[in-house]
Amino acid sequence: MTNNLPVLEFKSSTFFAPILILFNNDIVGIEEALEKKVKLAPEFFKDSPLIIDLSEINKHSKEIDFVQITQLLRRVGFFPVGVRGGNEQQNQQARELFIPIDTVRELTNLIITDEKNKPEVAQKGDSQATPTTKQETINAIPPRPVYVAATLVTQPVRSGQRIYASGDLVVMSQVSAGAEIMAEGNIHVYNTLRGRALAGVHGNTAARIFCFDMQAELISIAGDYKTSEDLNKQTYRNPVQIYLQNHALIITEIV
Amino acid sequence: MARIIVVTSGKGGVGKTTTSAAIAMGLAKKGHKTAVIDFDVGLRNLDLILGCERRVVYDFINVINGEASLNQALIRDKNCNLLYILPASQTRDKEALTQEGVGKVLDELSKDFEYIVCDSPAGIEKGANLALYFADDAFVVTNPEISSVRDSDRMLGILSSKSRRAERGEEPIKEYLLLTRYDPDRVKNGEMLSLDDVQEILSLQLLGIIPESKSVLTASNAGVPVILDEKSEAGQAYADIVARYLGEDRPHRFVESKRGFFSKLFGGKK
Repeated sequence: MTNNLPVLEFKSSTFFAPILILFNNDIVGIEEALEKKVKLAPEFFKDSPLIIDLSEINKHSKEIDFVQITQLLRRVGFFPVGVRGGNEQQNQQARELFIPIDTVRELTNLIITDEKNKPEVAQKGDSQATPTTKQETINAIPPRPVYVAATLVTQPVRSGQRIYASGDLVVMSQVSAGAEIMAEGNIHVYNTLRGRALAGVHGNTAARIFCFDMQAELISIAGDYKTSEDLNKQTYRNPVQIYLQNHALIITEIV
Repeated sequence: MARIIVVTSGKGGVGKTTTSAAIAMGLAKKGHKTAVIDFDVGLRNLDLILGCERRVVYDFINVINGEASLNQALIRDKNCNLLYILPASQTRDKEALTQEGVGKVLDELSKDFEYIVCDSPAGIEKGANLALYFADDAFVVTNPEISSVRDSDRMLGILSSKSRRAERGEEPIKEYLLLTRYDPDRVKNGEMLSLDDVQEILSLQLLGIIPESKSVLTASNAGVPVILDEKSEAGQAYADIVARYLGEDRPHRFVESKRGFFSKLFGGKK
């Protein structure tokens, strides 16, 4: 009778969700592009939560039907869980669809997206007619680069296992034939790589693959790939790095 | 609390049931009360190898469905009174196995057994997944050939991701390698993968090598676990494995060809 367990508890936690930045209001084009992306990694995108960023569209004063875009995303298999950078009307539509609106962090996120955006953001901050104190403090903080923690794997990656890292992926043990490791950033394997390794899966052409003992079945950077049949026998079983140069995969030995 | 051992491989015909019968008997002979369960529902074999097929009345599925009590279904081995067998049903299929049902049976067995050996079916489907789900230790039975090694590797991936220990974030299942049907002569001729070749891919703790031996087939057909044939190499190899598993330090045998010495002496055949 004295067993008074609480019914619920609130906890604060952080989680990652991809942000979809729309540049254009061409619904057909968006659908095509999304389907192409989803095809690349269907398992990864399946039921993925998603934040819709409309700031680019609104910057160029392009019209977009928020209801339509939400329906499209759900059809392709995403769960839109938030919107940011929307205008009055879009936010109202989002509210009606029970999609939360993110307004406060708009500026900080703009700062960290790209080097090129920096001056623009400063300008935007200066020219704003009614800057709130909060936004001023945000602008005062020097921009911090986005830091996505590297994923570290110490157990062997066995045949049939798949590992996905949203940043860099560091594997300390062997990757077996029939296993698949994927990263949006670089891949480091400090052991034998026998399975498939796909770096820069979101199109980062600067991503590289490093491994101690190269026996991979397939390697890919930003969608350009080679199978073991096409791999140079000279680098086989050697420590190598792999990078992309004009859509060609370059494999060089690390001395 | 009993220690639950799963004998698994992925590939069929590598010696899972032979191994299950042998190590269960070995553990019981060493004085540990042991139960061995046949998870190969629909293709029961374990009772044949243990020579108790004519005493099967109720089976594992009957117990899961509550049609028989565990005590009614367990068969006591005629060679060793500390060994009990829970046979599989011949008339059902793997769909009859449920996670709750298997969990309940294992919980009940855990109360008065020291070791529970789960003889997994081949494949990576339901029967195999349930056989390994509750395991504490895994004996990965592998033949020295590439498809068996690959399947074992796949099984190891499942062991480390789909078991209860993995789901609960507990200490992972302890994995051991048992290399069966090993023939050092054929390894020497390059016809068979060597222990080193296998270990390069699997890198597991080696519990033992069981040499290819005629006594395995003879013992199976006679319904006597090969470990009871103390004169045979396979029987000795299994006895070593049980001893090593229980913490004894025994050097590995059967890695090198036994004819090595004589062939050196007499020039040997090339």
